[in-house]
Amino acid sequence: MYVAVKGGEAAIDAAHGWLAAERRGDPALPELTLDQIAQQMTLAVDRVMAEGSCYDRGLAALALKQARGDAIEAAFLLRAYRTTLARFGAAEPLDTGGMRIARRISATYKDLPGGQVLGPTFDYTHRLLDFALAAEGAPPATVPEREADTAVVPRVAELLAREGLMQREPQGEAEPTDLTRDPLTFPADRSARLQNLARGDEGFLLGLGYSTQRGYGNAHPFVGEIRQGRVTVEFTPPELGFPIAIGEIDVTECQMVNQFKGSLTEPPQFTRGYGLVFGHGERKAMAMALVDRALRAEELGEEVTAPAQDAEFVLYHSDNVEATGFVEHLKLPHYVDFQSELENIRAMRADAMGALKQAAE
Amino acid sequence: MEQGYNFAYLDEATKRMIRRAILKAVAIPGHQIPFGAREMPLPYGWGTGGIQVTASIIGPNDTLKVIDQGADDTTNAISIRRFFARVAGVATTEHTAEASIIQTRHRIPERALREDQILVYQVPMPEPLFRLEPRVAETRRMHALAEYGLMQVRLYEDIARLGRIGTAYNYPVMVNARYLMSPSPIPAFDNPKMDRMPALQLFGAGREKRIYAVPPYTPVKSLDFDDHPFRAIRAPHACTLCGSTSSYLDEVVTDDRGGRVFVCSDTDYCQSRREKAA
Amino acid sequence: MTPLLEASGLSLRFGAIRALDDVAIDVWPGEVLAIVGESGSGKSTLLRVLSGQQAAEAGTVRYDGADIRSLSEAALRRLSRSDWGFVHQNPRDGLRMAISAGGNIGERLMANGARHYGDIRAEALAWLSRVEIDPARIDALPRTFSGGMQQRLQIARTLVTRPRLVFMDEPTGGLDVSVQAKLLDMLRGLVRDLGLSVVIVTHDIAAARLLAHRIVVMRHGRVVEEGLTDRVLDDPQHPYTQLLVSSVLAA
Repeated sequence: MYVAVKGGEAAIDAAHGWLAAERRGDPALPELTLDQIAQQMTLAVDRVMAEGSCYDRGLAALALKQARGDAIEAAFLLRAYRTTLARFGAAEPLDTGGMRIARRISATYKDLPGGQVLGPTFDYTHRLLDFALAAEGAPPATVPEREADTAVVPRVAELLAREGLMQREPQGEAEPTDLTRDPLTFPADRSARLQNLARGDEGFLLGLGYSTQRGYGNAHPFVGEIRQGRVTVEFTPPELGFPIAIGEIDVTECQMVNQFKGSLTEPPQFTRGYGLVFGHGERKAMAMALVDRALRAEELGEEVTAPAQDAEFVLYHSDNVEATGFVEHLKLPHYVDFQSELENIRAMRADAMGALKQAAE
Repeated sequence: MEQGYNFAYLDEATKRMIRRAILKAVAIPGHQIPFGAREMPLPYGWGTGGIQVTASIIGPNDTLKVIDQGADDTTNAISIRRFFARVAGVATTEHTAEASIIQTRHRIPERALREDQILVYQVPMPEPLFRLEPRVAETRRMHALAEYGLMQVRLYEDIARLGRIGTAYNYPVMVNARYLMSPSPIPAFDNPKMDRMPALQLFGAGREKRIYAVPPYTPVKSLDFDDHPFRAIRAPHACTLCGSTSSYLDEVVTDDRGGRVFVCSDTDYCQSRREKAA
Repeated sequence: MTPLLEASGLSLRFGAIRALDDVAIDVWPGEVLAIVGESGSGKSTLLRVLSGQQAAEAGTVRYDGADIRSLSEAALRRLSRSDWGFVHQNPRDGLRMAISAGGNIGERLMANGARHYGDIRAEALAWLSRVEIDPARIDALPRTFSGGMQQRLQIARTLVTRPRLVFMDEPTGGLDVSVQAKLLDMLRGLVRDLGLSVVIVTHDIAAARLLAHRIVVMRHGRVVEEGLTDRVLDDPQHPYTQLLVSSVLAA
């Protein structure tokens, strides 16, 4: 007689063994080192750090290796590790004005103090497969050493704000919301929204940001400035009472300039959408800035009509670790529920067939 | 026991935070309490809420049973049981009567639970109103004001169209005549077991970051109409293995010519009946 | 006798616009009061303030002697689904379009605790007949109804709990003239039979004449004239009322 499948324990162990072999691939080939991943798959590592919300290149490289290159799985691994770490407190706000800049561009001014710095970018490359890369051992291209720029590069948003054309952001003394400690509640304040977006899925934000440009949400964005580079993280230990530098991280910041028609209490001026992500994540930072601005519709008295402006919709669905878990849980057994549905639909069909038969007689 | 992690994985401060949420939930039966759900090493939607609840109430002397679809040997149940064996080193069991904590997905054991047991449900979607009103801010207002007419309208629509209430699982209940609650996706068959159950019932939703509870002996009523009373549905068969005509049955397809057998979904219940008969 | 609804000193500004400027209004039991004026006169704002959907900056609204601003949100919502009714201009705003006609009528009953399917259904059937919709359509969705039928369904859904006070915002606004006449006739019958108090906002002087006992004329957020319907329409005192009445005669 057929009996329901047993032996789940053995099956799980066998599956995990197989997975390990698949991850390694052909053992005749040398194994990838974490340094190779961290050095040569930099943007994948950056994405995993951003969505895993943990700045550690080594751990992100390990997560990528363990996840067979699956960025979402790697972010999940990193987050599950991060959650076991002690939390000491919130760092001082990053001073991106004092960034050691690798790239800095503005679309709103032809030239400006600090200049346009193209930096390492895919922009203006022709997307032709470079077969030279397929040949191993090709000598690395030499990079002209750029003189370290120590000059402070003013932010475009600040230039506008000085003229009164850009809405100033309020200075908050309170520690920002931490969604990894406290659940999201509504209305969500800006710090909660920005944290959610910074951790959010790049593809989801890209699609939403794109939708605001195509008429779903009334956006008129300009890239005020994108800057990429290294900033110092400062932290004030309670026992010292003054901030000390605890390290440096690479970040990408985008400030979108958006039109605002003004309200009864405020004259017309520009408002900003803000994006900040770990590492080099220009696409994500730009998308985040678009969505951040869209989510400000309500506080700016604009009509909320588009998905990107709907805070509950955006913030509840941006997290790819939550999303992937819930989508993939559909493959867990549901046969108890399905059995209820089976009995229910059989009973309803019996009722309906009876009624049809009666009607026919 | 796994080195490098605290007992039962979560750190003590997190456990205290979750226990505070549980106490609040017990004090307001059926009301959803937001809590700071942590990232867990298992995926969202796979029981992270139940695991966090279990982790924050479990002690070294507890005996844990984990079931999924009523069975101890389903892959996800095994995975979660192994997790606790690994990070808490607690005793585990497949026998309902021996367990002090039972974590479950989609079933309530057939054997009646006692006062000294706790049933922990894994909850994918804690909000019973979400299909009628997706905005969380609005559903919270509806709960606050006990505005549940819309849910009753949905049942009305079922009867008008189908001649009966079309919900077969995750069948909404009123707890203590005040809060509308999702019983999690258990079959409606199990709903009556929740009513005045001697064991404490805790519900954890990790992804949605909510905890709720039904304290012992609390009235739990399935929504219905006076003239269309709630009915618990099961397959009208006897278990092929133990002969039970009162337990909830799984349908097992045996061939592609319509052959099928029905067996108890609660594997421990089925096994103990067979042992008794032998 | 005391008024059912008493409002006094109501003021509300939207920026530079005075939507309500020291408005006072009473509604007596069994009375139909029409608020007339052009769009932008503040009449719809007044209706929202009277029905508790919007707060005024100054002034009070009393229902049955109690200040509605002193009621908790729960109490106000309970009032809104039992003692009060609200009929929207667009039936889509007042109906649940994905729920059957019977479910739409039954919702308020169920919200107020009705738990007998047969009784709810019988009541829904009776109300469909009453608003001249074929009872055989009880399980049909409102979107399969004509505009006039949708509006009658909305009225049935609102009146099923026998409210004492009904607010109506241009109830005939979106309908053809022939359909309007039929609906007004039906409304007049229902109001009389049920002894309802009604506050109806309309720019349609003919509708006001047919339904209302008393008329309030609004302009720029102020009440410029009020009185018994026949008196106001046959012998308008304020130049603005004279203009309103003459424009309807011209049309």
